[in-house]
Amino acid sequence: MLRKKKKPLSEYSSWELVGYRFRKNKLAMLGVFMFMFILLVTLFAPLFVPYEKVIEQNVVDKLQGPSSKYIFGTDELGRDLFARVLYGGRVSLLCGLAIIGIAFVFGAIIGGIAGFVGGKVDTILMRIVDALMAVPSALLAMAIITALGNGVWKLVIALSIAQVSRFARTVRSSVLTLRNMEYIEAAKCYGSSSFRTIIKHILPNGIGPIVVAATLTLGAVILSISSMGYLGLGVASPTPEWGTIISENKVNIRYYPYLGIIPGLCIMLTVMAVNFIGDGLRDAFDPKSKN
Amino acid sequence: MNWLKYALKRLLMLIPVIIAVTFVLFVILSFAPGDVARIILGDDATQEQVAALRHEMGLDQPLLVRYVNYMIDVLHFDFGTSWISGYDILPEFARRLPYTLLVTTLSVLFAVGVGIPLGIASAIKQHSLLDYGSTFLVMLLASMPAFWLGTLCQILFCLTLRWLPVSGVGSWQHYILPSIILGASTLATMIRMSRTSMLDVIKMDYIRTARAKGASEQKILYHHAMRNSLIPVVTQIGISFAGGIGGAVVTENIFAIPGIGAMLINAVKGRDVPVVMGTIIFVTIIVGVINLIVDLICAVVDPRIDFAA
Repeated sequence: MLRKKKKPLSEYSSWELVGYRFRKNKLAMLGVFMFMFILLVTLFAPLFVPYEKVIEQNVVDKLQGPSSKYIFGTDELGRDLFARVLYGGRVSLLCGLAIIGIAFVFGAIIGGIAGFVGGKVDTILMRIVDALMAVPSALLAMAIITALGNGVWKLVIALSIAQVSRFARTVRSSVLTLRNMEYIEAAKCYGSSSFRTIIKHILPNGIGPIVVAATLTLGAVILSISSMGYLGLGVASPTPEWGTIISENKVNIRYYPYLGIIPGLCIMLTVMAVNFIGDGLRDAFDPKSKN
Repeated sequence: MNWLKYALKRLLMLIPVIIAVTFVLFVILSFAPGDVARIILGDDATQEQVAALRHEMGLDQPLLVRYVNYMIDVLHFDFGTSWISGYDILPEFARRLPYTLLVTTLSVLFAVGVGIPLGIASAIKQHSLLDYGSTFLVMLLASMPAFWLGTLCQILFCLTLRWLPVSGVGSWQHYILPSIILGASTLATMIRMSRTSMLDVIKMDYIRTARAKGASEQKILYHHAMRNSLIPVVTQIGISFAGGIGGAVVTENIFAIPGIGAMLINAVKGRDVPVVMGTIIFVTIIVGVINLIVDLICAVVDPRIDFAA
């Protein structure tokens, strides 16, 4: 039987090396499994419990602890906490991913233009980025919410804008370092178009730190979404969201601790998983930074 | 005198940033819907009354004119009045700010006081039980939402065990739990940064040299390693302070502290544009000044930093 011989490490491409180092990192792999588990369970929530359970009120069954009928118990209005937490996770996770996606795209465009074009364009764009970064991001998001109002999509827009400046900075500094590299010059010399240079040469080499920043920011963003929900500035009840669930059960948590502990643990485990992945990616892209 | 020049230069550099920040905020907040004049006067007011008030408030002017007028008022220390409650913003802010600054400062002190020694100790005793314990603590604290930790601690320590007052201000005990909760995520950052930084420094050649010439471990630690390892950590303190003021909004909400957090949340909910605007400008200035102070402290710790540059 012919078996594919394992390639020695010295023959790995730089991307294969990143993958190899990432897979070797146990915490990072644990993070991947935790995150995939949480993501799949929340995405396939309808397989476990129908959406009606999220808003259905059973006053007879109110404030019941976890049991076989209600896995996570019920709240003050007799709503099934399991259903609320499951569907709430969809909001928290999908919003978090959407925010990172939007901030990533716009940050890449702004930072890319600033780094590539340089000169006055760079100065103007970076002054705006500086101004946005001078304001603590939570406060900037609140200012945008003041203008737009409450709601899931408005929260996504507010938190994305609050993060764009960070991505723009990271992308710009990546571009600036790479722009003067000899292989970029070589690519230009043999007639590669700007577009091709960016896609084929700059992007694969500069994406590392940006992906790391995106992953680590995702954790922070998930925390922000839930904090906004808790303060009543984010996703509003009865739409479930982990922070909102804790906020609406605030008065009952003392005597019915599961109402606070379960959604809180969900936030914590998700953020922890994301941070594990982010730390793992950072070490995989830049093994020298590892201690 | 070099540092004085540097400080003045940095303060002057803050001016364009503030102008840019106010402009960006002004543009963002101009998207707030609803007719303010209508909200203030109520539904009974006639169209003429609303128009008159809009004119009086200058709302019928173009954005740029309104912005310039606003900035002229700001230069005269007039931040306007709340659209909803009618209070003067500047005195109200000045009354509330000390609470926020106190809680934020205490939280940073807590994070620095506990985090740096713990981080350094776990770097020196790498792979020990202490090291693993503090790494685990960092993982926990970095992924816990502050409002959750705060609510649970409030229930445990204030309501059930009755060790600390539940909420409000008055005695020093009132500030213990809010400061710890607000400082929790900063603590994680401090432990991680001082550990990493110390691990980097103790691998340096000059530490080996110090050891080779026979310096005591204590001297190596305090004289050679600590000062150098603290520089990135001190820079982080400034960044943490900025984050702390943002986080104070949540902590003040949990513990009913009458700081700027409550003022800001009510303003955001009521779309009280001048209050949101004023509060954020103030906080931005405070954060800018604190970052300046931190940079000056860095220069004291690290004489290699040249002010002239």
